[in-house]
Amino acid sequence: MSDHDYQPTSKLGKWFNDRLPLLTLSNHLSEYPTPKNLNYWWTFGGILTFCLIAQIVTGIALAMHYIADSDLAFASVEHIMRDVNYGWLIRYVHANGASMFFLAVYIHIFRALYYGSYKSPREVIWIIGMIIYLLMMMTAFMGYVLPWGQMSFWGATVITNLFSAVPFVGEGIVSWLWGGFAVDNPTLTRFYALHYLLPFLILGLVVLHIWALHVPGNNNPIGIDIKKPSKDTVPFHPYIVIKDGFALLMFIIVFAFFVFYSPNILGHADNYIEANPMVTPAHIVPEWYLLPFYAILRSVPDKLFGVIAMFASIFVLVILPWLDTSKIRSAVFRPLYRQFYWILFIDVLILGYMGAMPAEGLYLLVARVATAYYFIHFLIIMPILGRKEKTIPLPLSITEPIIGGSPDLANIIKKKSLN
Amino acid sequence: MSDKKPKRREFLFTASYAVGAVGVAAVIWPLIDQMNPDASVKALASTEVDVSSVKPGNTITVLWRGKPVFIRRRTQDEITEAKLVKMEDLKHPEKDEDRAKNPEWLVMLGICTHLGCVPLNDKGDYDGWFCPCHGSHYDTSGRIRKGPAPTNMEVPKYEFVNANTIKIG
Repeated sequence: MSDHDYQPTSKLGKWFNDRLPLLTLSNHLSEYPTPKNLNYWWTFGGILTFCLIAQIVTGIALAMHYIADSDLAFASVEHIMRDVNYGWLIRYVHANGASMFFLAVYIHIFRALYYGSYKSPREVIWIIGMIIYLLMMMTAFMGYVLPWGQMSFWGATVITNLFSAVPFVGEGIVSWLWGGFAVDNPTLTRFYALHYLLPFLILGLVVLHIWALHVPGNNNPIGIDIKKPSKDTVPFHPYIVIKDGFALLMFIIVFAFFVFYSPNILGHADNYIEANPMVTPAHIVPEWYLLPFYAILRSVPDKLFGVIAMFASIFVLVILPWLDTSKIRSAVFRPLYRQFYWILFIDVLILGYMGAMPAEGLYLLVARVATAYYFIHFLIIMPILGRKEKTIPLPLSITEPIIGGSPDLANIIKKKSLN
Repeated sequence: MSDKKPKRREFLFTASYAVGAVGVAAVIWPLIDQMNPDASVKALASTEVDVSSVKPGNTITVLWRGKPVFIRRRTQDEITEAKLVKMEDLKHPEKDEDRAKNPEWLVMLGICTHLGCVPLNDKGDYDGWFCPCHGSHYDTSGRIRKGPAPTNMEVPKYEFVNANTIKIG
């Protein structure tokens, strides 16, 4: 990176920067060379940063009024909704913010899958991203428990019981998680403490995620390595800042639609009934963003293997950089992968739908096929496809196909010899 | 000997790491153990229930250690049905006599052994209980017959204090 020799112009700036090079950092961030062909799918990194900050800010506001006690929690949430000034707004932004956060993270992940952003040299960015994703799921799950409604209570019961599948020590782990013999007050207070802690861990990992990104630089829609800085790049500020800002505004419109016009559509009516350990709601479903994993869990008839399959479905994503044997990053140049990518996308949507349906009859059968295909995609198709697929020749640079004519290999060699 | 000094240093390093590791473990353990069930939770170990008003064919649900316990006064048909089941048909073979000492009374944790939901009474393919969460069917003895649950519903430690009172725990 060329900004190490950056010098502030003002005397004070220079004095400060010699002692703490914050201005060098800010100069690096604004000059950061970015591929000039980034499309709008690349704006979700910025959108996700916004989501995290929005959740932390609204969360701290809610924490000033919420009471983590099994006798008072449910009433304190209603108190926030009815009595606290703008409490309804802050809570609806926070609750829908979780859904928006996951919506953005799924787009971000599927963008990485399409354009091969997880491949060398960006494996560490990808793995940090997966850790963030796991922490997000834990944070969202614990946050959903805090209102202490029926879905909170029974969701917490079902999810913590997953650990009872562990041989020998399972029961011990579960009662350790609960702090008792069932989900109860000790469970609520510790979930509250962790729900407050984890977002700050996520924030720290986001810094690492961006740091790791700034070492190789951004991938781009055609997935080739580019020289930085060059004719193929633009500085982050103002080009990407403006583009990200515009995308963020569009995203906030969708966000605001949910908050102001259908704030409960993504939630579940049963969660407006206070937790009752004697009665399980007729139909327990997790929040929409966890449904595909829930479908995988339920599609395996054995308890332990169901739990293993669910965790494995995330683990195959973590090791994806090594399962995908193709050297070509972008699906633009991988005609077969492009088709498998969309099949996988539909497969995950089907899993999500099956997760919301009762686990019986045809639903169960479809969920089983979709679960099998999910693993086949990552464990069989990806390794084989990289070796067998006939890919389309890559252009030499981002500008080459436009001003340099065809990306045809013969032309490229000719052009190289001319240079 | 020239290599005596490095050896001595290595020993000191290893000893320091070992002492350090024990120290870290000693500090971490209280932080982990504080999450286990505390004394006040453990103190609620037993509950006494008056069952005199329960009619045959009815079930009452009581809370014991924060968990629902089903107390069912079974009809003669249900007892017969439970006793006639062959052991080889069971996923988790247990005799009905071993689950209900007094065949009229079935006392068990009302918790599905799959993922902890509360099964529904008088539902399912085996005339016993049905768990709405993931579709486990239990028979009139609370034994798992169909679905993802691995074991029968658990029978807690209980005793009849007198003809009308059951003490659980």
